[in-house]
Amino acid sequence: MMALHTRTLAELSVGLESGEFTSVELTQTLLDRIALRSSELNALITVTADEALAAAAKADAARAAGSGGTLNGLPIIHKDIFCTRGVKTTCGSKMLENFISPYDATVVEKLAAAGAVVLGKSNMDEFAMGSSNETSFFGPVRNPWDLECSPGGSSGGSSASVAARFVPAATATDTGGSIRQPAALTGTVGLKPTYGRVSRYGMIAFASSLDQAGVITRSAEDAAMMLGAMAGFDPRDSTSIDEPVPDYVAALGESVKGLRIGIVRQHFDEGLDAETGARVKEAIATLESMGATTVEVDLPNIDMSVPTYYVVAPAECSSNLSRFDGVRFGYRAENPEDLLDLYCRSRGEGFGDEVKRRIMTGTYVLSAGYYDAYYLKAQQVRQLIADDFQKAFADVDVIAGPTAPSPAFKLGDKVDDPITMYLNDIYTIGANLAGLPAISVPCGFVNDLPVGLHLVGAHFAESTLLMCAHQYQLHTDFHKACPEGFQ
Amino acid sequence: MSLDKEQVKHIAMLARLKLSENEYAESVEKLSRIVDFVDQLSQANTDGVLPMAHPLHAAQRLRPDAVTETNERDRYQQNAPAVEDGLYLVPKVIE
Repeated sequence: MMALHTRTLAELSVGLESGEFTSVELTQTLLDRIALRSSELNALITVTADEALAAAAKADAARAAGSGGTLNGLPIIHKDIFCTRGVKTTCGSKMLENFISPYDATVVEKLAAAGAVVLGKSNMDEFAMGSSNETSFFGPVRNPWDLECSPGGSSGGSSASVAARFVPAATATDTGGSIRQPAALTGTVGLKPTYGRVSRYGMIAFASSLDQAGVITRSAEDAAMMLGAMAGFDPRDSTSIDEPVPDYVAALGESVKGLRIGIVRQHFDEGLDAETGARVKEAIATLESMGATTVEVDLPNIDMSVPTYYVVAPAECSSNLSRFDGVRFGYRAENPEDLLDLYCRSRGEGFGDEVKRRIMTGTYVLSAGYYDAYYLKAQQVRQLIADDFQKAFADVDVIAGPTAPSPAFKLGDKVDDPITMYLNDIYTIGANLAGLPAISVPCGFVNDLPVGLHLVGAHFAESTLLMCAHQYQLHTDFHKACPEGFQ
Repeated sequence: MSLDKEQVKHIAMLARLKLSENEYAESVEKLSRIVDFVDQLSQANTDGVLPMAHPLHAAQRLRPDAVTETNERDRYQQNAPAVEDGLYLVPKVIE
């Protein structure tokens, strides 16, 4: 019998339906595995064993009664950025170390309604600000492919948990690459949907015009199952888009024959590790052999994407994080002298270094005398970048390239240099600035570490991305590779 | 250094962040590097370009002016560091 922890959501769904095992048995099996192994990776902040077993029993009862949603009885974890009622929701910060959410995020609510069973909350960079999971107050996550390496960030706990076969799927969020870069570094699939496709309600805000919820899974098929349950209009999110949700799973079977793949020259220049680039080119050649065609496309302003991002994102972060004041919830400094001291010390002591750095960067670029030179200018350049993509998608269906400039790097290697760390997201940030959907798919290895192929689509083209990724996975086995010691 | 210690102190105060002396020194160096890095934006030609307001050009929705939320004060205040009789406690503001 194929061990339960190695199976995908789609495979587990078949097993549950046929009565091979129950959701309670499945949930207990994975909880046991998590109890035994997860501390090696520091991948989870909270394990919700009791809640999970209760939800699994409910799912089994629903199945027996002939009801239950599309994910009935299937185990997942949530990134600890999603508010979960009655459960600790920390966002990886000392600021929210003891915060028990009084409500559920829409994503949490929708996945529960689909029958998913939540085993816990995953570790992450503090307030999703980081690309290595090293800014977490709860300590870094380790990459199951090499315990000395980072699993990427900010959704490092989600990516490590899926790669280590603790769960088949995890929710995640992506502001500049926080789903796709960790997926690339752990050999998993990471999907960031179109801006507004999935509700941001109850997802602790970092940069509201860029943040989007998505998933990390081991197959594109599983990502399609998850997205179908998560996507849709939500009146509680003021930027949610009212567009019908297509059947993502049904579209997987289409062919890549005639699919036009755009290649951007700047994505293969000197910033890219040569071997990583070679794996990505091989993946594109595979797609060509399956009937896709390639076209060179020009994104003349793409080189400006990282500086643009590091104005817009900190500006929005400085505004969003002003809610943490030591008064209504969160960390509060002891014995404040006065109200100002209460604010300044609660925030100074409650936030970590990277979060403080981004709040200050944002405060600076928004301050009197600098707003036009930085924030306004960045929003103009952002429009130019979005226009470039728009033009490119007149000629191509997807844009393919590397997800990250190199495979997983050692913990500690980049943590002291913010700019080097920021450049990790050089290929992913463009999709956030333009609000486009994008996916990272495992496409090979460099020195036994996984490499990700990055596919970007036009607005609401998630079906095309998932179909292309699924068809690629039918022709390749990279996504089935399991890190040594986690089989 | 594009920023000096006085500027960083001013920014930290605007952001309501109390930093230690070591943190100030480190912030001067790292924030200066970030500012230098984003300064390359000035090279982009943005004449006549409207700043982006929304990636999909969506407009802000309005909703009917109806009461939809119930009063959950007690539950929400369970996360508050200090409350009394339904009020949030802060240090004395008026002498």
